[in-house]
Amino acid sequence: MNDSPPSPLVQIREITKKFGGVTAVDRVSLDILRGELFAILGSSGCGKTTLLRLLAGFEEPTSGRILIDGADMTDVPPYERPVNLMFQSYALFPHMTVAQNVAYGLKKEHVPADRIRERVAEMLAMVKLEALAGRKPEKLSGGEQQRVALARALVKRPKLLLLDEPLAALDKKLRQHTQFELANLQYQLGTTFVVVTHDQSEAMTLASRIAVMAEGRIAQVGTPGQVYEFPANRYVASFVGNINLFDGRVTAAGNGQLSVKCETLGSDELSVMSAGAIAPGSAICVAVRPEKITISRQAPEAKDRNVVKGTVWDLAYFGDQSLYRVRLKSGAELQVSAQNLRRSEKMTVEWDDEVFLSWEIASTVLLQS
Amino acid sequence: MSNEATDNGGQALRWLRRTVTLPYLWLLLFFLAPFLIILKISVAEPIVAQPPFTPLLEWGAQGLAGLKATFDNYAYLFEDGYYGIIYLSSLKMAAIGTLLCLLLGYPMAYSIARQPPRRRQIMLMAVILPFWISFLLRVYAWIGLLNNRGLINEFLLWLGVIDHPLTMLYNDFAVYVGIVYSYLPFMILPLYANLEKHDHDLLDAAADLGARRWQGFIDVTLPLSVPGIIGGCLLVFIPAVGEFTIPALLGGADTLMIGRVLWDEFFINRDWPVASAVSVVLLLLLVVPILWFQRLQRREQEAGS
Repeated sequence: MNDSPPSPLVQIREITKKFGGVTAVDRVSLDILRGELFAILGSSGCGKTTLLRLLAGFEEPTSGRILIDGADMTDVPPYERPVNLMFQSYALFPHMTVAQNVAYGLKKEHVPADRIRERVAEMLAMVKLEALAGRKPEKLSGGEQQRVALARALVKRPKLLLLDEPLAALDKKLRQHTQFELANLQYQLGTTFVVVTHDQSEAMTLASRIAVMAEGRIAQVGTPGQVYEFPANRYVASFVGNINLFDGRVTAAGNGQLSVKCETLGSDELSVMSAGAIAPGSAICVAVRPEKITISRQAPEAKDRNVVKGTVWDLAYFGDQSLYRVRLKSGAELQVSAQNLRRSEKMTVEWDDEVFLSWEIASTVLLQS
Repeated sequence: MSNEATDNGGQALRWLRRTVTLPYLWLLLFFLAPFLIILKISVAEPIVAQPPFTPLLEWGAQGLAGLKATFDNYAYLFEDGYYGIIYLSSLKMAAIGTLLCLLLGYPMAYSIARQPPRRRQIMLMAVILPFWISFLLRVYAWIGLLNNRGLINEFLLWLGVIDHPLTMLYNDFAVYVGIVYSYLPFMILPLYANLEKHDHDLLDAAADLGARRWQGFIDVTLPLSVPGIIGGCLLVFIPAVGEFTIPALLGGADTLMIGRVLWDEFFINRDWPVASAVSVVLLLLLVVPILWFQRLQRREQEAGS
């Protein structure tokens, strides 16, 4: 309606949480936009669950503030926050039926009984559980329990819905299906979702933006594409997807490009684009994703490409694609993945073949170490 | 190969059957058999002999001559209002004692269940510790505490809170103290076993959905601890109804509890048949409501699914 940039729904300002001597969340600042599906991605123990519990109000921050919709929520107890959480364990009340579970939040708000009945029916229809309204949670499958938990968390129409590993307890097939349902639901409702997950593919498919966390800090915030193709640092690069890393030193700089000499590559030098100038002699890290590499037995054209030579050490054929592990002279290994575009019984590259690996200079990632 | 498998299966089945029968054997031997003996005595007539009651089966020259059973003893219990009053009074005292145990034991079990695991072990040990001393001695010790010249009165007098000793011994108050003191662990342990298993996420979920802490307790913790409450109450109530030692040592002359009457009938009046009838009625008084309650619970469970 107006052109000013949307104000963030959640503003996390320099939040720190210490448990005894351990800092779980370390000076984290983060803006989460209205209507966004935001993912917090990290390995276990990185502080992502603590951050979620801080947002829900179950933990009090050691320092820093949390603002939701402009209002300071730092000292507001969980039962008064416009925030609901879907627990990883679902935490359904085992002594209540599905309908009673969903109705609970409205009852605590003293919504009139007939209004509660309407809202509960509406929510159960949304998650397609009308037929199971009278069941106890223990009589439901994992997927059904997950939907009850979702309905219960959404029934109060929170400004912000937090989801703690929402798909972790589901089996693989159901997980993929539910992933799309969840994203669809978020799109329809327009509610801001914050998903905490350790699964990078889950974060990539679900979220419009991802915050990668490591050791209590935010390592990078960006769209899935930014995080994958333009990782801010070594941690993000290796945590999100597979990547080949080369440590080296800058030998020459110019024309927005750097030449990098890496020990593992012998005399070959790699080129990488660089916006800023980095002085020759600086230690940096160069990286390339497996799918960006072309593998061939003939020498490729070297224009605008980095080329290295090696021997196929291992290969895995998946049908749609093949995964190669190529050993260089120095003993270092590179991962290469290639789409099997042509229909052929014989593979063009086999074990022990001498191969050339090449990739565009523009596909080369520069990481300052 | 397949033969061996079936053999193993058969063996496992036999073993299973044996283990399942074991508890029944136990019940048969130590519950049903004594009960049948008591039942038999309760329909006999008292005589001055050894044993002091008439036999159930009469033997003549040609073998079994007849069956001699009388319900006079039961009729006597119902005609004499005295017994009815004592039954009611026992139930009342046991119920109040159980309630006091629950009110005291629940917060204790709750707070133990919320301690870090190592401290839990120590606190549970403290709950069980009194069992290491004879029950009789412990009840006896309360005489020393509650006496007019006992520790509590002496202390209160010394403090100047009271100017003459409180009568705390040989009345119902002392019996309640005894019941609560003796049976509190039986309330705490099943409650703790239940509360310790509660998932803390459920309370967080309640808070997240708008419940204050006390509301979360009422809506989640309390209903989920009902099995523990029932277990603890049964463990306290059932033995408390028939309690003999506590009213005998701490109670007054007007403390009416069925355990004492039972003792008097057996050992003072030497009327074994009436004493047996008293205990059979006591058993029915306890078993019938429990069975009824269990059936109710089962029906509720079936309705929930």
